[in-house]
Amino acid sequence: MIAGDRRATEGFQIAGRQMEKVFRVDAYSAIAIAGTAGPAIEMVKLFQTELEHYEKLEGLQLSYEGKANKLGQMIKANLPMVFHGLIVIPIYVGYDVRRGEGRIFKYDITGGRYEESEYHAIGSGGKDARNTMREHYRKSLEEEEALKLALLALYNAAEEDVGTGGPDLIRGIYPTAKVVNGEGITDIEDPRIAALYAALIVERKKES
Amino acid sequence: MPLPYYVSPEQMMQDKAEYAKKGIAKGRSIIAMEYLDGILLVADNPSVSLYKISEIYDNIAFSGAGKYSEFENLRKAGIRHADLKGFMYSREDVTARSLANGYSQTLGTIFSQELKPLEVEILVVQVGEGEQGNELYRISFDGSIFDERGFAVIGGRSEAIQVHLKDQYKNEKPPLKQALNLCVSALETMTNQKLSFEGLEVAVLDRTRIGRKFRRILPPESQLILTT
Repeated sequence: MIAGDRRATEGFQIAGRQMEKVFRVDAYSAIAIAGTAGPAIEMVKLFQTELEHYEKLEGLQLSYEGKANKLGQMIKANLPMVFHGLIVIPIYVGYDVRRGEGRIFKYDITGGRYEESEYHAIGSGGKDARNTMREHYRKSLEEEEALKLALLALYNAAEEDVGTGGPDLIRGIYPTAKVVNGEGITDIEDPRIAALYAALIVERKKES
Repeated sequence: MPLPYYVSPEQMMQDKAEYAKKGIAKGRSIIAMEYLDGILLVADNPSVSLYKISEIYDNIAFSGAGKYSEFENLRKAGIRHADLKGFMYSREDVTARSLANGYSQTLGTIFSQELKPLEVEILVVQVGEGEQGNELYRISFDGSIFDERGFAVIGGRSEAIQVHLKDQYKNEKPPLKQALNLCVSALETMTNQKLSFEGLEVAVLDRTRIGRKFRRILPPESQLILTT
């Protein structure tokens, strides 16, 4: 399960409310981005093209390990820009077809690649989101529970962090989520996310 | 001083063309055919890993007959051209027409300037959004380009198959099963033997698919399509 909020900021102002931060990369993997929007989105586009290009030339997909390494090299290539303040940090998730399991990779600005076995969150509200997940995460989460937890983590992060946007009930803008498994990658539909947030808000109101 | 011997340009071109034609005719045939939901490609190919049919872009496929190493190079160049263009501009700006023109230029230049012409014939096909929007381009070893309708054949005894199909193919686009049947029987009449499903390479550009339209149909599935 991979999910992201929709807020883009410019200094202390809101630059966008509908920004998409989670992207499909190929049939079995997805990427979410944090940092400077321009170079980050360009990196995603180039990464998508590179993987498709490889697949068509060679007649088969790169291994998941291979894709993760390729992304690491692209982040490393961006290092000079980091000193100008243009940081790009992604999180890369996918289903490893050869191993038959889902995998999560996080990165640092030098292209260093680290595998997470349970969960991870990035961006300005990443720490807050991780705190929520640490409290509620179990290995045996079902898809619906994992989605709920991801949405809760984003909600809590939005409460603590100015850079993270919560569900926008007035405009009907909600975080986006995708699920990756052996059958491929599926978008979680907006109404499903809206319903889960409606239930969460009812619960919060009751508690206070 | 010995005089450099003279060969007339006409003679040189003719020799080159004959040489290339011989190389292409030695191989086996490939058919591309428009069907109800897109374009079907069928190749007589005993290898399961060395493909003659390949995806180029979202709605474009490539197929080559003749010398493997030569059309493989052309295939890779085509993928590079398409991916670069799609990245630089937009996915919808990648068209079979521009690719076919590029191939035509390359093959034409090599045919007239190099000592040895490429012994290849290639197909570039693009599935359209509607039933009428399909494009089939056949490009020959000398760079001449043909805009085909309904079906196109390259490699082996392509002319004989073309005549055979002209009889069988009606103007109305057939469903997948009928199209596959038509292609297989056309290949079989030329080789005068029953072809096994393992020896057939089959792929489609299916316009009902979302995103990338190219899909390989593996032997068990093509058997299923023909028998049910």
